[in-house]
Amino acid sequence: MTDNAVESEGVKLQTPSRVDPEFKHEVLSMPGGETLKYCFQCGTCTSCCPIADITDSYRPRTAIRLAQLGLEERLLSSDTLWLCAACYTCTDHCPQGVEVKDVLRVFQNLAVKKGYIPRVYREVGKNILNAGYAHKISKFKMKKRIAIGLPPLSETPPAHMEKLAKATGFHETIAEKEDKE
Amino acid sequence: MSGKSESAGNSEPKKDAVLKYAFYLGCATPLRERAYEISARRVLKELGVKLVEMKGANCCGLPIDAVNHEMTLALSARNLAIAEKKGLDILTLCSGCTGQLMKTNKHLKGNRGSRERVNRYLKTIRAKFQGTIEVKHLLRVLVEDIGFEKLKTYIKRPLSGMRIAAHYGCHLLMPSKYLEFDDFEDPEFLREFIALLGAEPVRYADEKECCGAVIAGVNLDLPLNLIADKFRNVKNAQADAMTTICPSCHLMYDQYQSSAEKMFDETYNIPVLHFTQLLGLAMGIPAEELALDGLKVKPEGFLTAMAQAA
Repeated sequence: MTDNAVESEGVKLQTPSRVDPEFKHEVLSMPGGETLKYCFQCGTCTSCCPIADITDSYRPRTAIRLAQLGLEERLLSSDTLWLCAACYTCTDHCPQGVEVKDVLRVFQNLAVKKGYIPRVYREVGKNILNAGYAHKISKFKMKKRIAIGLPPLSETPPAHMEKLAKATGFHETIAEKEDKE
Repeated sequence: MSGKSESAGNSEPKKDAVLKYAFYLGCATPLRERAYEISARRVLKELGVKLVEMKGANCCGLPIDAVNHEMTLALSARNLAIAEKKGLDILTLCSGCTGQLMKTNKHLKGNRGSRERVNRYLKTIRAKFQGTIEVKHLLRVLVEDIGFEKLKTYIKRPLSGMRIAAHYGCHLLMPSKYLEFDDFEDPEFLREFIALLGAEPVRYADEKECCGAVIAGVNLDLPLNLIADKFRNVKNAQADAMTTICPSCHLMYDQYQSSAEKMFDETYNIPVLHFTQLLGLAMGIPAEELALDGLKVKPEGFLTAMAQAA
């Protein structure tokens, strides 16, 4: 976490209380995180980002810099980590070939491991575990499908979802930490 | 085997073969945007394309990629394995599903380490990713497998005089190294599609702007800003309607258009039609069969103008 100090002029300084030089290596070792090391902080990702265009609180370049500097807690505990619209504009524009969106996704995955996860993702995760679909399936809608002549919605075996969730560790991130939101 | 396609972009339209695909519905289309499913099925029936339902399929994995990438890969790969067993390429409706399935497919085909890892997950459910099929969005099937030349012969009722704005969305174009479709900075395919229908493709500012659907569950205000921005531009260009190729983009622009109007105290009133609905209309399929009543922003003004222009 960061401590906030106030200078006499009223300028807020953020003093990192913990730097983890190993953090970048953890990111680099994860699938999709390999290109973190190519970032030379030009800012193309932020300048072409449709979200950064409309809010001051989201900056992909800053997120990447925090990781390079090892400011793990500040990065992973940040709400703004979840404002990536996953459009891939940054990835396609990066002059260094950084897979920016994938690197940001690695940050999100690591944040989840630490227990930082927006409620909506838990809900979507549970829906997938229960019935294989990201949305809840309403019986009313299922009846309506048949009534208007659409084929019945295919049913996903929940046991398959459960087994894949256990094999990938998804089960742990969604189901077992439910009370720690 | 019909429905098989060569690598993207250079496959010749298969003029006479019966096209057959494993039909991947995804989640948003059947559960939130039924009008898209209805109109897509109707149009494909008219075009003689055979669809084989993917029994037991699951979410493409994209919605939980931020939570656990490995589970996303496993979910995508399970879907791919279902279609592989049928020996059919996958036809998709959602750009998000398309992007996720294509990325997983290409990544696993080319990366032995990832393939072996994901196949270890799939082994627990007795499935296996083999890498024998391709994934195509419906619009790409129209472009590459049917071909615009042939599609043109189905246009019975051109949408003459109608000004239509194209919303491309992100995931049929980017990341371009996986999608390899149109130019991600200056795409043309949807404008050409609109022109093929006999309508006028309208140019407007920031055509490639994202709809923001992915973050709507975390922060709805930001996507509402994007939506308002989109409609201001589309309205400035005096479009009669906008068209989308993805259920999530459609959901944002149709379902949330009134929320954006309320937020900014502005009026847009731009009907947003699924591209399959526009195609169906141009093919002369009756409006009732294309689920136009499923749209929240009513297209009656558009339909009246269309009838008058015809």
